[in-house]
Amino acid sequence: MAKKELDTRFSKFGTVSFTSISKTNDFVGYLEQGKVMGTKCKICGLEFFPPRADCYKCLSSDMEWFEVAGKGKLLTFSRLQYGPVGFEGDLPYAIALADFGSYKVFGRIAGDIPADDIRVGMDVTVAANTLPNGQLNYVFNKA
Amino acid sequence: MGKVGVIAVGQSPFVRGYPGSIRELAFEAFKEAMQDADITVKDIDATIVCSAPEYDKQRSPAGVFAEYLGLTPQPTFYVETLCSSSTTGLKLAYSFVKSGLHDVVLVLGFQKMSEISSAESQERMGRGADIQWESPFGTMMPAYYAMYARAHMAKYGTTSEDLALIRVKASTYGQINEKAVYRKAVSLDMFTDPESPISGPVATPLRVGDCCANADGSSCLIVASEEKAKALSKNPVWILGIGAASAPVNMAGRDLFTGLTVGEIAGRQAYKMAGMTPKDIDVAEVHDCFTIAEMMAYENLGFAKPGQGRELIRNKETYKEGSIPVNVDGGLLSKGHPIGATGGSQVRTIVLQLRGEAGAIQVKDPEIGLVHNIGGVGLYGNVVILGRS
Ligand SMILES: [Zn+2]
Repeated sequence: MAKKELDTRFSKFGTVSFTSISKTNDFVGYLEQGKVMGTKCKICGLEFFPPRADCYKCLSSDMEWFEVAGKGKLLTFSRLQYGPVGFEGDLPYAIALADFGSYKVFGRIAGDIPADDIRVGMDVTVAANTLPNGQLNYVFNKA
Repeated sequence: MGKVGVIAVGQSPFVRGYPGSIRELAFEAFKEAMQDADITVKDIDATIVCSAPEYDKQRSPAGVFAEYLGLTPQPTFYVETLCSSSTTGLKLAYSFVKSGLHDVVLVLGFQKMSEISSAESQERMGRGADIQWESPFGTMMPAYYAMYARAHMAKYGTTSEDLALIRVKASTYGQINEKAVYRKAVSLDMFTDPESPISGPVATPLRVGDCCANADGSSCLIVASEEKAKALSKNPVWILGIGAASAPVNMAGRDLFTGLTVGEIAGRQAYKMAGMTPKDIDVAEVHDCFTIAEMMAYENLGFAKPGQGRELIRNKETYKEGSIPVNVDGGLLSKGHPIGATGGSQVRTIVLQLRGEAGAIQVKDPEIGLVHNIGGVGLYGNVVILGRS
């Protein structure tokens, strides 16, 4: 009998992924389709980003996916001059946190936004992104 | 129930590239503490070893140290909460003693960071954050704290110069701390001089001068019940309040970006337990892994109102002669930050201050001291209030 193939899609997330198997592997599947998705608990309605397989509030694992859509506000950011091992090729790059109302999103700022144009409080949208090494992540664009 | 005291403290020099193995590094702080207490290994009932794993090839160092330091067959175990590991060890030691399980507990913090490169070390520290959802974006400790600095600046108008002033203060005392890894003078001008390494950008808005250095080091605290403390020590320092808290590891799970909730919550617990307010504190050691971290600590601990921390440093209120001296041993910024040893070193400074044995950095006649030790990017926080009586 053929061995069942492991679903290791999570290893495609980010420039370097430190996780290969997660119950939220579909997140990466959605990124491939150009969508950034979070999860919502079907029992209590709590929305999670980053997505979670399990709800700590009602202990349910019955989740549905929702798309991170609309505009968020940039809460804070930093532009890195040095990166960890494996990220040297991406430098310089900026990481940021944006508020989307019922959840927040941590990610990269799109590389084509000039450093001087990034401001706390600016409106951003989120978009799936393919990195030069073929890996997938998502970035903030100016809304 | 009786009080719990710290009867001895020890610390190795914090250095780059310690020329020995981890058990030998541990011995340095251990020896100083044992000589400080003037006791023997028979007096120690249990040992807690504290560090952040991954820097060493040795797994489970507690057993190795117990053997090397002659602390077998007493129980020993290992605890970690990243950079706050050794104050977590202190909290456990307090609980052991308070419960009556053990009378005298030795807390040994250590870290030998130099066995791996600085970039590898940054990557390992970065993995103290959320490796599933954040590390794939290329996160690092300085960048996380830089995000807090950016938010503080945006909300309150704190400037890069305000942060630089904290480093200038640290270097004032680091220069006279023989155990500090960084002993050079740092001036405000160096932050704007493109020729100075201090001015180099790391993660905006933080520059090289805003960041502490990695170091190898060890620290040792000996904690005892009131009865034992009085029998074994002429000058025990008492633990009056001890608080601890955690926060979501993922930045997206947090609500505050101008301060660290763990510092605030742990501080509140410690003040309540000690029956004190920020005004009662005569000298403090706060977790200044980055200049912004000290600024936030001023505010989270109630030394200043939110957004007003800059007034403290601008007016030199946190210098030795000021109204609330903070990190007058040079702080992590000057001493260096050997993760697992850091909290124990902070406690040592406060114990020496309260005993009046702090030498050139002695604050005038302090009664009450405070230690604020943070693990990760505000992931864990411990606050300890110590007093002479
Ligand atoms: Zn639920």
